[in-house]
Amino acid sequence: MEEKKQCKGCGGALPFVIGFVAALIAGWVLFPDLIYSKKIQPVRFSHKIHAEQGLDCASCHTFRDDGSFAGIPTNEKCAECHADVVGSDPAEKVYVEQYAKTGKEVPWLIYQYQPDNVIFSHKAHESLECTSCHPDMAKNDTPPVYYQNRLSGYSKQTMKMWKCERCHAENGVSNACHVCHK
Amino acid sequence: MSGHAVKEFKVTWGMVIDLDKCTGCGACMTACQVENNIAPMADASNKMRTLSWMLVFELSNKKAAPDAEIAYLPRPCMQCGNPACVPVCPVVATDKNEEGGIVSQIYPRCIGCRYCMAACPYHARYFNWEDPIFPKGMEKALSPNTSARPRGVVEKCNFCHTRFMKAKDKARQEGGNPEALADGAYMPACAEVCPTGAITFGDLKNPEHKVHELAKGENAFRLLEKLGLHPQVYYVSKREWVRKLGDNYAATGHAGAEKKHS
Repeated sequence: MEEKKQCKGCGGALPFVIGFVAALIAGWVLFPDLIYSKKIQPVRFSHKIHAEQGLDCASCHTFRDDGSFAGIPTNEKCAECHADVVGSDPAEKVYVEQYAKTGKEVPWLIYQYQPDNVIFSHKAHESLECTSCHPDMAKNDTPPVYYQNRLSGYSKQTMKMWKCERCHAENGVSNACHVCHK
Repeated sequence: MSGHAVKEFKVTWGMVIDLDKCTGCGACMTACQVENNIAPMADASNKMRTLSWMLVFELSNKKAAPDAEIAYLPRPCMQCGNPACVPVCPVVATDKNEEGGIVSQIYPRCIGCRYCMAACPYHARYFNWEDPIFPKGMEKALSPNTSARPRGVVEKCNFCHTRFMKAKDKARQEGGNPEALADGAYMPACAEVCPTGAITFGDLKNPEHKVHELAKGENAFRLLEKLGLHPQVYYVSKREWVRKLGDNYAATGHAGAEKKHS
């Protein structure tokens, strides 16, 4: 005797909706969470405290004499103020004891680290505000979490090519390949 | 790409190579390999597979002694005004669209079809048959100026383009005009290293640059000028047989087509 399967909803819209929602959750929530490893900076550097001392971006992030950008300052620059502990923040103590006094450079994680074939000139973009591309770090007390793509090794927060191209196009600047690539 | 339109730029980087000064020492080739991170090959005897953005050729007047003469001809990419390689690229990995007139090559975009290599009459383009392998310790001496290329893409001389970008940054830092660099502010590795000063480099359109006059000299010529590709690399030789070889001397019967400055 053949028994006819009777199951309301089995062939209807409900299983489809359930599967669809599950796929959306997997693709939009679980996978992005899995693909990026989360890292925190070796020292809890507070830009906010430094900005409150009256420092601006260029006080520490300087240009070299040849016009290249020095990026994140080295111990030499930091130790101008922090050769010894000057404040009460425990993070400063960590920096002074583990890095400044031992002469070891802090292995900062660079959010904006670009692939090898990209060339970017901070000097050419000097007339823009830092915050037109970077987050407003002056208000930032704890460095944001660094998301690293487990496959490519690149940072999630890095500037994407479409952003560079859009700004160049909007401002009538050349989008020739060699303007940004080497 | 329509017809034989030569793209015009306000700044046109060009090279003038004096073949009477070139001793064929090969310093330009070495400097180029170092500047552009070209890995030494395990077996470089197969010249079909070597990478040499700058290559020195030996020319001979094919006469018996005592009339025998030789000359050496360094060959970078000619950065043609009307490049043959650009319109054939199916993925726009190579283009001539930037101020200065340097023909760009974007390695991650290149699919390795090698149409451009077939199109280039100067054989200035090279294909990576192998992944670059740098001997242990050499990776510390790699230049940050050039990105490494993987197996399967085409590469070529770009007049040490990153040096151009750096020269512009320096000009900005010093309050100069990055769009009108002084003579010598931007210099490719080969021109900088040449011990006899055979290679002169500068803006062909700027009268303050030495190449401006040199390229107009009566002994100046370009390779295969009759093809109409308008190279931005000029050669100079007082010896007529050298100048004749430069144009292969077949089409017109006299050396050098019209000398047009581009």
